Amino acid sequence: MDSGISKVTTHISHNEQLIFERSQPGRAGFSLPPLDVDEIPLDEIVPREFQREDNLAGMPEVTEVDVVRHFTRMSSWNYSIDQGMYPLGSCTMKYNSRLNEKVARIAGFANLHPLAAEAESQGALQVIYELQQHLREITGLPGISLQPAAGAHGEMTGILIIRAFIDARDGKEGSAKRRIMLIPDSAHGTNPASAHLSGFTVQTIRSTNEGLTDLEHLRELCAHGDVAGLMLTNPNTLGLFERNIKEICRRVHDAGGLVYMDGANMNALVGVARPGDMGVDVIHLNLHKTFSTPHGGGGPGSGPCCCTKELEPFLPVPRIVRTRSGSDGPDVFKLDFDYPQSIGRVKAFFGNYGMMLRALAYILTHGYDGLREATEAAVLNARYITHGLTSDYEKPFAAPPMHEVVFTDKRQARKSVHTLDIAKRLIDYGFHPPTIYFPLIVSGAMLIEPTESVGRQELDQFIEAMRSIAREAVDNPELVLNAPHTTRIGRLDEAAAARKPVLRWKPAAPPRMATSDR
Amino acid sequence: MLRQIGVASIENLFDSIPEDLRLLKRLDVPAALSEIELLKRFGDMGARNTAASRVSFLGAGAYSHYVPTVVDHLISRSEFFTAYTPYQPEISQGTLQSIFEFQTLICQLTGMEIANASMYDGSTALAEAVLMAERVTKRSKMIASSAIHPQYLEVAQTYVQHAGIELQPAPFDFVTGQTPISAFDSMDAQTAAVVVQSPNFFGCIEDLQALSEKVHANGALLIVAISEAMSLGLLRSPGSCGADIVVAEGQSFGVPVSFGGPYVGLFATRDKYSRQIPGRLVGEAYDKQGRRGFVLTLATREQHIRREKATSNICTNEGLIALAATIYLETMGRRGVQEVAHQCAQKAHYAAREIAKLEGLSLPFSAPFFNEFVVRAPVEALPLLERLANEKGIDGGIALSRFDSNRPNDFLVCVTETNTREQIDALVDGLRPLT
Repeated sequence: MDSGISKVTTHISHNEQLIFERSQPGRAGFSLPPLDVDEIPLDEIVPREFQREDNLAGMPEVTEVDVVRHFTRMSSWNYSIDQGMYPLGSCTMKYNSRLNEKVARIAGFANLHPLAAEAESQGALQVIYELQQHLREITGLPGISLQPAAGAHGEMTGILIIRAFIDARDGKEGSAKRRIMLIPDSAHGTNPASAHLSGFTVQTIRSTNEGLTDLEHLRELCAHGDVAGLMLTNPNTLGLFERNIKEICRRVHDAGGLVYMDGANMNALVGVARPGDMGVDVIHLNLHKTFSTPHGGGGPGSGPCCCTKELEPFLPVPRIVRTRSGSDGPDVFKLDFDYPQSIGRVKAFFGNYGMMLRALAYILTHGYDGLREATEAAVLNARYITHGLTSDYEKPFAAPPMHEVVFTDKRQARKSVHTLDIAKRLIDYGFHPPTIYFPLIVSGAMLIEPTESVGRQELDQFIEAMRSIAREAVDNPELVLNAPHTTRIGRLDEAAAARKPVLRWKPAAPPRMATSDR
Repeated sequence: MLRQIGVASIENLFDSIPEDLRLLKRLDVPAALSEIELLKRFGDMGARNTAASRVSFLGAGAYSHYVPTVVDHLISRSEFFTAYTPYQPEISQGTLQSIFEFQTLICQLTGMEIANASMYDGSTALAEAVLMAERVTKRSKMIASSAIHPQYLEVAQTYVQHAGIELQPAPFDFVTGQTPISAFDSMDAQTAAVVVQSPNFFGCIEDLQALSEKVHANGALLIVAISEAMSLGLLRSPGSCGADIVVAEGQSFGVPVSFGGPYVGLFATRDKYSRQIPGRLVGEAYDKQGRRGFVLTLATREQHIRREKATSNICTNEGLIALAATIYLETMGRRGVQEVAHQCAQKAHYAAREIAKLEGLSLPFSAPFFNEFVVRAPVEALPLLERLANEKGIDGGIALSRFDSNRPNDFLVCVTETNTREQIDALVDGLRPLT
């Protein structure tokens, strides 16, 4: 191939067992100083009936080098951003700067107790305050809380705020008539789950053939006076900007509802357009997507919630505010609990603070032009992939996408090669597969999001790999159907795993003593 | 690239956004900082957190324990921290096997049968436990001890406010500091669960065994929350006392206090509730050659499949922090966890004995404790602790008036294995002239 793509070959695969299978009685990986206070009998500390009696049986006993080899070997079985393009649509796998990691480990932050006195935590509170200011500017929404721990948590917060606002506006009886939350059929599953948690009934809005919210259907659903709000992702999960967003917001507002925007795709908008200017009332952001904090194999995330001035009184407490000591004294940052209409607290302490440090570092190292450039590069890269794959894969929606693009397996399915097979075969070419079978409204969807963190050379390699698989699907479908061929293990039987789940290690039954030995 | 895709300019990439919605001005954020400038800025802000370098006896949900060097080293490997949720098992076995080990370790520590791949933190795990109890029992009343961490209770209240669930308080005993069994006498046929924390917010160990019998006689579930998970190294496991759901804050296992997060919520329960548990689960699976691997399993409980009928809305959890806890627990191992718990208890009791000898200071609660205890001063605790910090450089505890205005003179002291005898003696000496 001209771009130099070739199937990766198998690399060394250590037969690393579970740590419990490696454990040897008497081994230890820790070192602690001896107890330096006068020891008293344990029974005087805790009555016998409250003491542990199993001696923590089964917990591993290994040395430090055992632990280091164990995790180093296992790490080699993972794909990661640092190895290459990770084009999971909607997940925004962009480069995680090492500088941000260093910032989060500064002792003044890492060793700071969350209940330390305010006066002695001013630097930490300043970080929260500054990040709040920047996110307000980026979203165009003035109210903000950084307390939610992840995207779904931010969603729940946003929907609880809508509920609290309507309760306050319409009174208990009036509010009880508004229990419908409208959600497009293309939405993330967390949207309906979060709406349900807040006591709403979900009604689904259809998407048009163009892949946008069906305005006519929205009008019908808004006609009954029972709509509390709409949850909308923009750009939507098909990678398309909802160009009627202003009209959508107007219709929902006219019907007495509020508009919540799922900010999972905010990385397509930073520096280019602002939800606050579109008529959106409340939004969550994913610091672990748009602002590059690492995904860590499934978290931690951080899901700040931003809202209009009108909704601000309902945000979680405590809020972090700035005052001045004296008329020209220095800034003082404070916790403010005095919001009687608040929905309450959604998490202990202040949220996933370490993620806030990293996100602020990301914003400050990018600056106003760098933030916009990241958005531009993310969209350009997605458009480049779109251009490169259109001849080989079915693209269900004609409109040019923003930061991510949907293709399907429609053409390959004629040879019984499906999205899952294409995804698994992509692994043999050294790439992580895209998001598959999402959004649910597109049969055999492959949602591809390159982000700004890949260069043209790697984009070309990815396109070439996908095109090569399309050719294989015709010439040698078996090759694709049995992929991956180069990994440590093959496709796992997930159905069997769910039928009789084994969710933890257990020691083998101790050998039974033969009666003759007694 | 633009030419190749037939787009005239960068601006044209955004043609699908109506013109009146496009941001014409540049964002009002500062210009880019270089690495040197950024480190200086954060270094300066970090230095303003004077509490971070203090000798500290602060606990109440965030604990300063020793973290072996290998923990941060291993979680900093690219292959772990720059990976996504393990949706493609063939190239995610490192993450998946780690989670399987995590689930096993949490079961061993709590004495439970299954554990999930993590929740956001202890407080949200407790809220999810309450929601799960309602699903399992189809009952809507919860009775929760008022000696649970106040912030955990606030979070649970936020979660259940529109779920038709009533959270009733069960008062704790002002003499023992425990929640007496009689505090749950209002249990009835509508009661889904009784919720306690042990050790509780005041550090006192609750009688889980006795409570469990009463709760089960009533057909309800026992939910046990733990904020200091290190106590599991010494105390009888909630599982062996009969708990149905155990939730905990896992921060004690190798995670820095980091101004309150990210931490990791632990969630464990009984086998029979495996289809009601919130969050991700990893299970064993085999490929065609019979090789063992691990996959995300029982996903039909989760939001991406079940949508509004899911057992929870959680998606992203605390993967990397759960990994830190896994590495911590494996490095310390069976004996290390026991040794740390033992030292915490011994040192805390030494501190309590010495403080109790001081004129005017007393320990108001009589129940056994692990590594946290309440001290009652003859004067208001908040100014006393401020003076101790300013004059002696010691953060001596947390004034309980921050949580309950009826306790102006009480403060909560936490001692861990990282506090030396010298520090404890300095705390005692520092308190002496102030009271």
